Amino acid sequence: MSVLEVLSGALLIAGALAVLTGGVGMLRFPDFYTRIHAAGITDSAGAGLILLGLLLRVDTWNTAVRLLIILLFLALTSPTATHILAHAARRDGVPMWRKGDPRR
Amino acid sequence: MTTTFTLINVSLLAILTATAVTITRLRALYEATMLAALFSLATACLFVLLDAVDVAFTEAAVGVGISTVLLLGVLALTRSSESVTPRRRRLPGAIAVLLVGGTLGYASLDLPEFGSADSPVQRHPVTDEYLHQSQEDIGIPNTVTSVLASYRGLDTLGELVVVFTAGLAVLSLLGPLARPEQTRPAADFHLADYRVIRVVSGTLMPFILLFALYVLFHGDYGPGGGFQAGVIFASGFVLYGLVFGLDRAQRVVPRAALWFLVSLGLLLYIGVGVTTMLLGGSFLDYDVLASHPETGQHLGILVVETAIGITVASVMTTIFFGFAGRGVAR
Amino acid sequence: MIFAVMAALLVTMVLTLLRAFMGPGRYNRILAVNTFGTKTVLFVAVAGFLFGRPEFLDIGILYALVNFVATVAVLRLTHYQELVSDTERGEGK
Repeated sequence: MSVLEVLSGALLIAGALAVLTGGVGMLRFPDFYTRIHAAGITDSAGAGLILLGLLLRVDTWNTAVRLLIILLFLALTSPTATHILAHAARRDGVPMWRKGDPRR
Repeated sequence: MTTTFTLINVSLLAILTATAVTITRLRALYEATMLAALFSLATACLFVLLDAVDVAFTEAAVGVGISTVLLLGVLALTRSSESVTPRRRRLPGAIAVLLVGGTLGYASLDLPEFGSADSPVQRHPVTDEYLHQSQEDIGIPNTVTSVLASYRGLDTLGELVVVFTAGLAVLSLLGPLARPEQTRPAADFHLADYRVIRVVSGTLMPFILLFALYVLFHGDYGPGGGFQAGVIFASGFVLYGLVFGLDRAQRVVPRAALWFLVSLGLLLYIGVGVTTMLLGGSFLDYDVLASHPETGQHLGILVVETAIGITVASVMTTIFFGFAGRGVAR
Repeated sequence: MIFAVMAALLVTMVLTLLRAFMGPGRYNRILAVNTFGTKTVLFVAVAGFLFGRPEFLDIGILYALVNFVATVAVLRLTHYQELVSDTERGEGK
């Protein structure tokens, strides 16, 4: 096993853990605004780590370019989507969760 | 290995079923539309696992992108909540559903087993011809494209006519042909007010169009082709229209230009067929287009895919403008 | 290794799906569908590596783009509907 493979495996496992954490958070956090944080973990950390882990395994440069393009697009679009989502929810008067409130 | 794949397939199928059941139970139609997009995503995962790359591509472009946008556009014109049917009036529907479902279930017993080697598809001589002969006849790696654009060119022409007709129908029902332009009230919610989304969409738009061109011209070698490219092209314009408003989008692509393009693609396709007839071949027989048959096939497929792309992109954009423009005018 | 990632993705898909089913409300569902879309991009990319078919990555690129368009459309068009229904029919959400 070469150094690259070990590194790629570590990145992949870290990414899988981040994705799982975010998924659990999506389910367990009490309201919409806190769930955005969970979505952020899967979208940025999870996707970034998994794609980087795959990037260390490629053997041709055009595969690497495609992976980088996906990484770039995800890094651009998913924070934008969650940002605008939070803005729109705030504007619509979705209430914030405070300690002691029931879960929504 | 096989068990793992079975497990993955089964869990995806369970996701699909659960989503479908939830969609039928939801009364709020916006939420149902979002779940339909989710259904499409899960379907595409299954297609990828089944190695049906071109189908997954289409499912991604059409199911998640354009059809969600169009469904939402329709909902913006009508009500957003499903009306409740009285219980006694549900009976005929239930009988029809049970009959059709039972027939389909019964018919599925006749299907060959999943992945079996002696199914009619595998045994039929045409399969062998398409898979092996196409490399010599046409010489492009993606057999799906050569079947779609060359062997079955006439069927594809028929599909393009269907798309064209749909665009024409929407134009005559919803477009400005049906009624004069009305004044628009100023919308309260401008996505373009948010600097982040304005900048990101502006940056992303040229890349979407570039990617559409890549899909169009790379269809010979990988997944993709005219239909997918057209839809991606249209979703670029749809994004622009959603963020910057219809007025600015229509300044980029005027309606008159769209109507022209809708028919241009179809005419181009038929024109290729007529040209091959004039050159002495049969309708859509690309061999005669160049001195060498293979070059002729390459040229013919490229022109035909471009024609499909033009018509599909302009029809989709026209339909979106039709729905969204109507919504703003109310 | 890649199988582990795929399993993690599938489990997360199911968790996100539960959030999409439960809601409550529109925004939670939009968020869930958006996250599910990202999971699909990753799933397709990982499947491409599993089968040794890097052209799957084209589909991944397309998903990343189309998912964004769908989210923007949901935000834009649902909001428009609310404006209309508030002013014309006097309904709440």
